[in-house]
Amino acid sequence: MPFIPHTETDVKQMLASIGVNDIEDLFDEIPAELRIGSLDKVPPGLNEMEMSRLMHERASGPQPLCFIGAGAYEHHIPAAIWEIVTRGEFYSAYTPYQAEASQGTLQLIYEYQTMMVHLTGMEASNASLYDGASGLAEAVLMAVRANRKSKSKRILMPAAVNPTYRSVVQTIVENQGVTLELIDYQLDAGCIDVASLPAEPGDVAALVIPQPNFFGVLEEVNALTDWAHAHGMLVIAVVNPTSLALLTPPGEWGELGADVVCGEGQPLGVPLAGGGPYFGFMCCNLKHVRQMPGRIVGRTVDADGKPGFTLTLQAREQHIRRSKATSNICTNQGLVVAAATIYMTLLGAQGLNKVANSSHQNTQKLAAQLNAIEGVTMAFSSPTFHEFVIKLEGVTAADVLNTLMADGVLGGFNLSVDYPVLGEAILVCATETKTAADITAYRDALSRVMSKLKGGAA
Amino acid sequence: MSNEMNSNLTSHQDGVIFEKSHRGRTNDCQSPRESSTSSVIPISLLRESPPMLPEVSEMQAVRHFTRLSQKNFSIDTHFYPLGSCTMKYNPRACNTLAMLPGFLNYHPLAPVETGQGFMSCMYELQEILKEVTGMKEVSLTPMAGAQGEFAGMAMIRAYHDARGDTARCEVICPDAAHGTNPATAVMCGYKVKEIPTKADGDIDIEALKEVVGPQTAGIMLTNPSTVGVFERRITEIAKIVHDAGGLLYYDGANLNAILGKVRPGDMGFDVIHMNLHKTFSTPHGGGGPGAGPVGVSERLIPFLPVPMVGYDGEQYRWLTKKDCPQSIGQLSAFAGNGGVLMRAYIYARLLGSEGMPRIAEYSVLNANYMMAELQKKGFDLAFPSRRATHEFIVTLKRQAKTLDVSAMDFAKRLLDYGYHAPTTYFPLLVPECFLIEPTETEDKDTLDGFIDAMAKIQAEAETQADMVKAAPYTLPSRRLDDVRAARELDIVWKSSEQAS
Repeated sequence: MPFIPHTETDVKQMLASIGVNDIEDLFDEIPAELRIGSLDKVPPGLNEMEMSRLMHERASGPQPLCFIGAGAYEHHIPAAIWEIVTRGEFYSAYTPYQAEASQGTLQLIYEYQTMMVHLTGMEASNASLYDGASGLAEAVLMAVRANRKSKSKRILMPAAVNPTYRSVVQTIVENQGVTLELIDYQLDAGCIDVASLPAEPGDVAALVIPQPNFFGVLEEVNALTDWAHAHGMLVIAVVNPTSLALLTPPGEWGELGADVVCGEGQPLGVPLAGGGPYFGFMCCNLKHVRQMPGRIVGRTVDADGKPGFTLTLQAREQHIRRSKATSNICTNQGLVVAAATIYMTLLGAQGLNKVANSSHQNTQKLAAQLNAIEGVTMAFSSPTFHEFVIKLEGVTAADVLNTLMADGVLGGFNLSVDYPVLGEAILVCATETKTAADITAYRDALSRVMSKLKGGAA
Repeated sequence: MSNEMNSNLTSHQDGVIFEKSHRGRTNDCQSPRESSTSSVIPISLLRESPPMLPEVSEMQAVRHFTRLSQKNFSIDTHFYPLGSCTMKYNPRACNTLAMLPGFLNYHPLAPVETGQGFMSCMYELQEILKEVTGMKEVSLTPMAGAQGEFAGMAMIRAYHDARGDTARCEVICPDAAHGTNPATAVMCGYKVKEIPTKADGDIDIEALKEVVGPQTAGIMLTNPSTVGVFERRITEIAKIVHDAGGLLYYDGANLNAILGKVRPGDMGFDVIHMNLHKTFSTPHGGGGPGAGPVGVSERLIPFLPVPMVGYDGEQYRWLTKKDCPQSIGQLSAFAGNGGVLMRAYIYARLLGSEGMPRIAEYSVLNANYMMAELQKKGFDLAFPSRRATHEFIVTLKRQAKTLDVSAMDFAKRLLDYGYHAPTTYFPLLVPECFLIEPTETEDKDTLDGFIDAMAKIQAEAETQADMVKAAPYTLPSRRLDDVRAARELDIVWKSSEQAS
């Protein structure tokens, strides 16, 4: 039987020990009228060879050149990472409830926490949350709890935060009375105009600051942080971890730094995989650590005085606090965090800086080349990290992307749906995985598409 | 003696990765080539000094993390009878096939035309889960059981709100419920009403009748319950709650025990979440990632979280808020933990319709066998009059009282015998409790070995209680000081210079 080791003899001996005649007798407490027959709509079982054949077929198909980012980024993943992560000792272990039997997972998370703290410039990190979007929702709830000066449940949310993130935050926080108020971006610069922020914003719990924002554009994080703090708000930074090898860490934004830092961890060694599993990271300063949701690992000593690791500050969590917990979350994304920890270890600060810089350079090159195509312009004037927005004239973004796809190029993310004010606009990303030839291939393809579509229209 | 020698010999290898780091050591092979550093980014937005990350060679990294892995108990290395967690074997094919490049390289926002193979697997998984749970529709998107619970309760709330039935402010939970249940109810803006469990393990229906009313939004139940027995009067409970206008939430933690035997949809539940990392054998990964799909009855279909996968007979596509305007919305940046869902799909296809009921049969056989044998060895059962489901509870209250050896001491000593401990001190209502779940993938010899170890520890507790209370002895760490961990918080490594 697949994955069941019992022989007939085993079953007989076990039934005799229990004192029943048949396995079915073990289900005699279930009311008979609730019992079902066969599961007709589930197909019969396959063996490993048949399943392998089926899955290879489904995983085959064209592998287009991908310039889509918009929250999930293609980066090179060193070979060692998933070789180690999928070792059974990591892969098939559970939450480290028995710390003495889970020192590997616990020490790894402690090392992860240390790396994230250095990357973000904060003092504390949790062991991760589900993903960047739900992590931002948890950050919003945390900021409402942590802001002792404010009784407000109002959150200022820039319109240039990933629209899906905004929507996820809305889903998760609305039942607790938290409200999100949008802050607009400048249509020419693509980021918030600090000078236009209200002088009297009223009682607000926190300001969310994306860096870079959804358009890839860099925000004036220092001025924004100082403005929020001057009005009694906490600052929630939502950042790209790769960019932090290059950009000011949120802990150093403005005079006082951000208060809660979160973001999507996928760029750190995690494959695109159709959208998950990824992980959300979250950092804060020590004064707020008791308001942070999720697992936290601490170093302590054992009975012999030898250093060891254990889950700590569990009094925040649902299995102790039940209805008074900081969140209902009861796992982290352990295995994916293991991948990120090994990724940061293999690359180090220098390697991560090369990834960030190379992505930034490729993006600048691609932007310059696309900008030269007739009918294509840059939407925003402000500097960007590794994404930028192009505006199209005389064609629709949907048509352009569809035609590019036929040419084997995934040209980016169509912004026209979420941001109709931008007209026909596409968000484009080029990471370090793109060669000069890839960039030229995109330029040539877009050039062909533009003349074809515009020619057709004329 | 040999342990001490080991620890002396290996101590220099056991530090944190930062202690192995030396400035200037790089892995150029894993990094991109040097590119121009000219940049349009203003200096005020640039980092002044590089982050402190390890500087080690590839081999150092591989050796460090491989050695760390060896300090874990795992299903692949140890029997892991952690109750309520369903630590069954994770077939390797599920991992290998889910990691085919065509799946790994699929960008979540790529046009669906380029991901039909991936989407077909997700669609078929939805269909399989509908059939095995008896629910009318399934959304795969919640990223863990707790997020599935959130989705479920948010749907219940959306349902009442859509009917203008806004006075319902309470959710009922049994006292034995997982901590996530009350925490979730609060996240959805509800007050929690607890009801007691009776001595026979069933819910106290009289207590339920007292708290249920026009203020009841719903009840959150696990069946089989967290005390390891089947809730026999479930149909009656469903009627009481439905008659009061409330809905029934099913926590799928224990679905393994009833797969292919009885379905939550047939019991009268309106919404359920499934823990695919339990019943459908996706890896627990040291605490995640999981997957917590939700299934619903007819009346909650409009509120399911998006995206879901739709199929028109020709093409698979994502169903979004446009298709489902009453949806509670999106819970993740994309479509949930696709890679985890893929492993569950592969597992489900390997089992097939004939394999599903076998899961229930043999997990229940293993649990009842262990329960019978442990009772014969003199251990006390929390619910001796009941059948075990896929798990059961031993209470060590007598040992704690007479020998001063607690469930925690038994747990730590089991580690020395090479067994991961069962779940301890949950559910909270049974004192000194061991919640034991062997799963169907363990053979009889392994179960017998565990039972022998329990008997030996009992004998040790009777003659050398102090020895048992100081266990473990043979693991990478002796018993750890949790109080100190919380009091002298050390959650980030600092070099000796930084620390001073």
